[in-house]
Amino acid sequence: MTPELNLSRDPAHLRHGSTIGQPLSRIDGLAKVTGRARYAADNNPSGMLYAVLAVSSIARGRVVSLDVDAAKAHPGVVAVMTSANRPPLQADPDGKPNPFAFRFEALQNDRVRYANQPIAVVIAESLEAATEGAALLAPRYQAEPARIGLDTGEAYVPPVVGMGFPAESHHGDAAAALAGSDKRITATYETPAHYHNAMEPHAIVAEWQGDRLIIDTPTQGLVMMRARLAELFGIAPENILIRSPYLGGGFGGKGLMAGAQVLGILAAKLVDRPVKLVARREQLYGPFGHRSPTRQTLKLGANAAGQLSAIHHHARIATSSFEDFYEAAAHVTHTLYAAPAISTTYDAVRMDTGTPLFVRAPGIAPGSIALESAVDEMAEACGLDPLAFRVKNYAEVEPATGKPFSSKALRDCYTQGAERFGWWERPLKPRTMRDKDGFLVGWGMGTATFHALMFAGQARAVIRRNGSGVVESGAHDMGQGAWTAFAQIAADALALDLDQVTFKAGTSDLPDAGIAGGSAHTATVGTAIHNAGAAVITKLAELATSDQRSPLFGAGNAGVIARNGRLLRRDDEGRGESYAEILARAGLDEVEGSGAGMPDPAANEHYAMHSHGAVFAEVKVDPDLGQVRVTRMIGAFAAGRIINPKLVRSQLIGGMIWGVSLALHEEAIIDHRSGRIMNANLGEYHVPVNADIPAIETFTVNEHDPFVNPLGIKGVGEIGITGSAGAVANAVAHATGIRVRRFPVRISDLVPPVS
Amino acid sequence: MNRFDYVKPASVAEAIAAASAPGAAYLASGTNLLDLMKGNVVRPARLVDISHLTELTRIEHRENGDVRIGALVRNADLACDQSFARDFPAIAEALLSGASAQLRNAATVGGNLLQRTRCAYFFDPASGCNKRTPGAGCDAREGDNHQHAVLGWSEACIATNPSDFCVPLAAFDAVVEIEGPAGRREIALEALHLLPGSTPERETVLDPGEIIVAIRLPAEARAFARHARYLKVRERNSYAFAVVSAAAGLVIENGTISHARLALGGVAAKPWRAREAEALLAGQPAGPSAFQQAAAAALRDARPSGDNAHKIPLARSLIVRALAAAAQGTPSRMPALPASPFSSVPGVHQ
Ligand SMILES: Cc1cc2nc3c(=O)[nH]c(=O)nc-3n(C[C@H](O)[C@H](O)[C@H](O)COP(=O)(O)OP(=O)(O)OC[C@H]3O[C@@H](n4cnc5c(N)ncnc54)[C@H](O)[C@@H]3O)c2cc1C
Ligand code: SF4
Repeated sequence: MTPELNLSRDPAHLRHGSTIGQPLSRIDGLAKVTGRARYAADNNPSGMLYAVLAVSSIARGRVVSLDVDAAKAHPGVVAVMTSANRPPLQADPDGKPNPFAFRFEALQNDRVRYANQPIAVVIAESLEAATEGAALLAPRYQAEPARIGLDTGEAYVPPVVGMGFPAESHHGDAAAALAGSDKRITATYETPAHYHNAMEPHAIVAEWQGDRLIIDTPTQGLVMMRARLAELFGIAPENILIRSPYLGGGFGGKGLMAGAQVLGILAAKLVDRPVKLVARREQLYGPFGHRSPTRQTLKLGANAAGQLSAIHHHARIATSSFEDFYEAAAHVTHTLYAAPAISTTYDAVRMDTGTPLFVRAPGIAPGSIALESAVDEMAEACGLDPLAFRVKNYAEVEPATGKPFSSKALRDCYTQGAERFGWWERPLKPRTMRDKDGFLVGWGMGTATFHALMFAGQARAVIRRNGSGVVESGAHDMGQGAWTAFAQIAADALALDLDQVTFKAGTSDLPDAGIAGGSAHTATVGTAIHNAGAAVITKLAELATSDQRSPLFGAGNAGVIARNGRLLRRDDEGRGESYAEILARAGLDEVEGSGAGMPDPAANEHYAMHSHGAVFAEVKVDPDLGQVRVTRMIGAFAAGRIINPKLVRSQLIGGMIWGVSLALHEEAIIDHRSGRIMNANLGEYHVPVNADIPAIETFTVNEHDPFVNPLGIKGVGEIGITGSAGAVANAVAHATGIRVRRFPVRISDLVPPVS
Repeated sequence: MNRFDYVKPASVAEAIAAASAPGAAYLASGTNLLDLMKGNVVRPARLVDISHLTELTRIEHRENGDVRIGALVRNADLACDQSFARDFPAIAEALLSGASAQLRNAATVGGNLLQRTRCAYFFDPASGCNKRTPGAGCDAREGDNHQHAVLGWSEACIATNPSDFCVPLAAFDAVVEIEGPAGRREIALEALHLLPGSTPERETVLDPGEIIVAIRLPAEARAFARHARYLKVRERNSYAFAVVSAAAGLVIENGTISHARLALGGVAAKPWRAREAEALLAGQPAGPSAFQQAAAAALRDARPSGDNAHKIPLARSLIVRALAAAAQGTPSRMPALPASPFSSVPGVHQ
């Protein structure tokens, strides 16, 4: 008897009264809007002190002196932690026990490796005293020239990119195919460094109780962080409790443990009192990761009919001087367009910045804006409509591997999106559309794509004697709605109504939910919950079908279905009994089952798994002044089963806004001499404001995927950015006839010289 | 952070006495000053908090037609004063195009006049900046200077004045009323800010202890009410400082311009009144050719101070647009996106 029998083959969502698929509002929404939701920094254990980071203003060199005495003399300052007195760690912060353990700064020496690196921590009775103490440290440095920019130092081929992909890959002979192509284009695109800029800064409240450690901190990976901390502090993982019920945005920036979190824990150890450490906004531009700048060169070849013959996508990226993380910007080209020859190559430089990290749609976001721009440039060279060109080069199988797709309803996205947008009215020639006021109008589109990943995660499900259920998994709600979506899956998994199920998440003592990232959390944890529910129902069914007193006796597990808190005979639904009745008769308080979610190696071997979408954008551009406004956006997405359409819509819209941001707004301005980020605040680091965003329409097309996981979930957290950024860039080019290849597009790119 | 005294005077006279000490600074709403203090960019020895001085919070519509605006009137309150917005629509539009609703609700008009440059190197105490530390050099010269000045800059400093409000004030001959240890005086707003020359640290003609008590708009400026616009080009459609902005006012009689006012923002260390352009416009038919001549004249002396040559054609085009929009007539209601090019019907596209 397999646990899936009851549910997977008879999908839970088809059950009458299913909770999956309902556009429920967030169950934590009210707590959030009324301020009752307690984020990490809202915790104030008694006796708590405040810790403030002192950070470096140089990007490379040594700290020569710190005026610790002055800081300590300030009233309220309890301690100053520097490399001279910080408590020991049991593992080297510069060690590399596993690929997910990034090297970090925990005051291990006097080296400065990037601007805004922590160089001391001041701990005081009040935030003000700690802040003042940090200012009084007045560090002096021995500075060395900072290495900044994509042309700094010697470029090298990185060992791997992204999460272990080869830095060079060839499918067919792209160089030869390019040489033999009727049409060729070569274009170079640049994207700047991006910072996560979550509303909630990184924060930690740490308390030692003997050798037990209690932490409140936002994290996208509870158990992974716990393991890393256990190693660093030499204590058993069970002795660490991390609470992270809500994140005020993560975007990858809270995916891995950050050094500053360790500093908060060390500070608590040093003073033997609970300590709160919250990074200031400008301090977030350094030790907490960012997206590497990229310079991408695309070479495309096509035959006279507009069939792609080759794509070579090369990306120059940057990492820090001391750690390796390589934005896999070229990899999007492996999956999207059907070219017989595809090459992707990388080279990299080391810069004196913090280590780059996953930022929402890592690799794919900057890769997609370059690829979608280049594809439009090629369509134009072929005299073809951009959508017609994409359809002509539609990949029926994954181009770089030849694998079939587990599902791919991209054609429906193209067709339905184009129809709703009115795409086919679009004139081929750029700079031909004007609105009634004379503004240039441009229409652009882009294909969205994101891999449908799964990590490994676990869940536990319990049916209690009163018939209600409890489902637990150490899952993470970053604001995406995990509390709600998982509760919906849990309700269906137990065949109960939502209000009969208690869902627990957000702490490290619950079953390991893996990492909330890669758009894989719903698929991973959802599958675990689904399987845990199936396991517990199976146990109930065993109890009933083997008990002569049960109306289900002899039905066999496969002959039983679960519905509304009851088990029913499949061949006679009039015969059944409630969970409560089964447990009462068996004299049990509860039954428990566990389930796991993890990728199926066989399915991954045979199928390429990706979400897809098509984004259409309209922009208006002032012909004389170069100011751009996005006036319309429609996104059509194929992302497998939709657990909660309302949450999905929010994710897609949020992603599309990130796309607008990538194309038109976002840029960390790094001074090439000092290595300091000159716009490290939300006033000057532009992201779109309401006036920049039109009413965005999104919808999902039907897509049934029997291979990704039992629930058919593909993930929607990141795909919205991809396609959208390119659509906006292409719309700007269509409006103006000017192809901007350095992002974000700025007024200076579009303002015409005066005739 | 520096230790500083905090005093809360009961009157303007007391405020002046308190602010005459060296290193004192007036604190209005602090939306600029407190940011700079937190960043350790400025370190006043004494803060003289004037925010509660109700004597400075009035908008007076005088019998002679002048309007006198107390220095502590909030940006939002002035922009939303019905008769002010009717008589001085371009000023209201400029105010509403600045910052965000929250900031406009807090910020005072006096503080707006004296807000500091947004040059990122000025804001970064670890960078060399002649304005912050005379003689320290100017890191903007070889740094990120995409948004810096194209007019009136010097080798010592290429920063711009970021205020929107000041631009139409300069155009419409606003007068600044000042009180200080040496008594009262009045100066034209146009004369308030200084070009950097070799002393960029000196940004205004105010002497230590001097306080702005009011801004006055002369009755004559109301003559432009029917043809007045403020337009602001920016990198996002709201909540961004101007790349370049322009205030234009015209008096048009039978299709001919009798009087013109023109000033630019985002191009220099002060709001840039374009008097030569104004003179060229007077007497000409209100149309593209006059506007283009005026624009060319206004930018004749412009030269890039770095990676910002685009500002010159941009400013020229914006002048043409602002004049055309003004000629077309002040909109009957405030555009939903004040000062946005997308709220001006261009009418002059090639
Ligand atoms: C994120 C952000 C975006 C912004 N965007 C814009 C924008 O787009 N356009 C724009 O124009 N502005 C913008 N501003 C600036 C804003 O308009 C100013 O910060 C505000 O007007 C200052 O007013 P305040 O009352 O807060 O002045 P304060 O910060 O209190 O004072 C500013 C300066 O003026 C001095 N001062 C204040 N009042 C007097 C007085 N009566 N007499 C003598 N000296 C005085 C102070 O000593 C100080 O030096 C922005 C500000 C921020 C923070
Ligand atoms: S431009 Fe002026 S304000 Fe900016 S760094 Fe140079 S001197 Fe300082």
